Amino acid sequence: MNSSSASKIKKPSLHIPRNFVTVLVICFVLLGLCMIASLAFGSRMVGLHDVMDGLFHPAADSYEANVVRKRISRTVFSLLCGAALGVSGALMQAVTRNPIADPSILGVNTGASLFVVCGIAFLNISTANQYIWLALAGAAITAVFVFGIGSLGRSGATPIKLVLAGAATSAALSSLVMAIMIPRSYVMDQFRFWQVGSVGSANWDNIATFTPFLIIGILIAILSAPALNALALGDDVATGLGVRTGTLRLIAALGAVLLCGSATALAGPIGFVGLLATHVMRLILGPDLRFVIPMSAISGAIILTVSDVLGRLIGSPGELEVGVVTAFIGAPILILLTMKLKVRSL
Amino acid sequence: MKNESVEFIRAGRRQRHRRWILVTGSLTALLFILCCAMLLLGNTIYPVTDVIRVLSGEQIQGASFAVNTIRLPRMLAGLFAGFAFGIAGNTFQTMLRNPLANPNVIGITSGSSAAAVFCIVILHTSEAIVSIASVIAGLATVILIYVLSRGKSFSIGRLILIGIGIQAMLDALISYLLLVGAEQDLPAAFRWLSGSLNGSQMQELPPLILSVFILAPIIVLLGKHLSILELGEQSATSLGVNTDKTRILLIFSSVCMISIATATTGPIAFVAFLSGPIAKRLVGVGFSNVIPAGLVGANLVLAADLIGQFAFVARYPVGIITGILGAPYLIFLLIRMNRRGEL
Repeated sequence: MNSSSASKIKKPSLHIPRNFVTVLVICFVLLGLCMIASLAFGSRMVGLHDVMDGLFHPAADSYEANVVRKRISRTVFSLLCGAALGVSGALMQAVTRNPIADPSILGVNTGASLFVVCGIAFLNISTANQYIWLALAGAAITAVFVFGIGSLGRSGATPIKLVLAGAATSAALSSLVMAIMIPRSYVMDQFRFWQVGSVGSANWDNIATFTPFLIIGILIAILSAPALNALALGDDVATGLGVRTGTLRLIAALGAVLLCGSATALAGPIGFVGLLATHVMRLILGPDLRFVIPMSAISGAIILTVSDVLGRLIGSPGELEVGVVTAFIGAPILILLTMKLKVRSL
Repeated sequence: MKNESVEFIRAGRRQRHRRWILVTGSLTALLFILCCAMLLLGNTIYPVTDVIRVLSGEQIQGASFAVNTIRLPRMLAGLFAGFAFGIAGNTFQTMLRNPLANPNVIGITSGSSAAAVFCIVILHTSEAIVSIASVIAGLATVILIYVLSRGKSFSIGRLILIGIGIQAMLDALISYLLLVGAEQDLPAAFRWLSGSLNGSQMQELPPLILSVFILAPIIVLLGKHLSILELGEQSATSLGVNTDKTRILLIFSSVCMISIATATTGPIAFVAFLSGPIAKRLVGVGFSNVIPAGLVGANLVLAADLIGQFAFVARYPVGIITGILGAPYLIFLLIRMNRRGEL
């Protein structure tokens, strides 16, 4: 498939991976199961019958049906948020040509956190619509900073350099977050609410705020996928194929930041979803980003929703934040990838 | 001619030795000043004579309580924990030949903390068992990271990446434990998560002090071998160092020291990471920087605690101050290493 990518840029005939249809069907089945699970499970378990009642019979007024209705916004939000994080991971990996890029690993989440804390502490903001711009700015600045440090030197942005730059930046920024919070208990109260990395508090307003960012981000991702395929062959080859690598990187990175920044603004820092979602799809479908990117959206949605359900089940009667669950599921992927990498490419 | 070059080398060695003594001496003097400051400063500033009389056993209204119950334990905890963090961090950095390879970055501290939190909130064990479990978990984390990173060929880069992955998992585990834990257990558990000298008590100190007095000499004695290990596995073997035995002993001592210090003060951010490089810069090459690293660590903790207590309107725990000071240095170090292509 790699060898034919070059010709694919010129005549955009889609070479569909053999198992694509199967994968698509399985993914949609899984997605449906996730949605039902997310509506049914929680501190109060609800039967399938009640889920149907809550969804399709507005007249049904049982307690269970109302519980289900309460869970609809949460489920929708976790699906959208997971899709955003999945695509954002795929974009970051393509832009940095680095298999372990992910918003959390690159420290972007902490950058968004710092800006949100500053906003709460110094600008007196308190609504999600205001958070979102601050979080986006924080995410963008941090991404540029981390990538800048990580790509210094001759070897370019190798995984180890990027990860260390991200870890160091995260450490620095989280110290600042703590320093701003400690003397201001009111900030701590509000921020704790935000920082749990949870989709539980989502309402329809949040979803309405989030959707435009999601649509723009995913459009950017899908439109830039063919050119990103060329970039995967190396900057020289991509330039030879007529791709403006600088502009492409900028636009794709912008899309990644829009997606993960807005998701972080509304759900708090959630890590490793992008890493997991993209690599599962890459493993099944091969490296063609025109398939990997849209499918990462679906797998990201599945992963985040499953994690959210797991968090509710494990943490019952309370709930475990979804960010904790994704870290526990996703970090082994980082370890596995690292074990597979050759020493030279670290 | 031959005598001249021997003389030249000897002169260089003497010069470096003088530098080592000078650096160690100044660090000790600075440490002494900081210790005095820790005892003298506070909400009420007692005269020096009063403090000395209290320390020699006299009872003075007010001063006795402030100095003996609050300031002295705080000072001792910072002093010994800083020393332990400095020496242990330096040992890891020297052994793995990379300043970034230190217990905080590669997840060993998280391993200790996770085990301790598990013992506190789930098993409700005594403090002694919590400390023992944390030491064992720290060692287990080291072994796990090492085994996973060996793969086809060992590389420090791989070890650090895997350490970061393990750390993310352990941190997730800690969050889970804190969620299911009963509320009355949480203050004890939080102690394992953020570095602070607040609430240090005299009766908690003996294990820390004992561990420093037993384990630090072991590391100092192995210091010569440590500097040889820095030259690389093969050179060390050919120079007659039993690399495996030395390495195991060094790892064991450092992890024990770090875990016990963490039990007392919590993980004070970046002290283990900063002390080694600072000491190395001060001492230069050629002489062991084990003791200077410990002294730098103790200085850092006490100075950061004084800053946190008195420099701002709000009182910050020591871990926040070391975090804010240390993280930019980490970034600076990364930039420099990347430029030189050392990573």
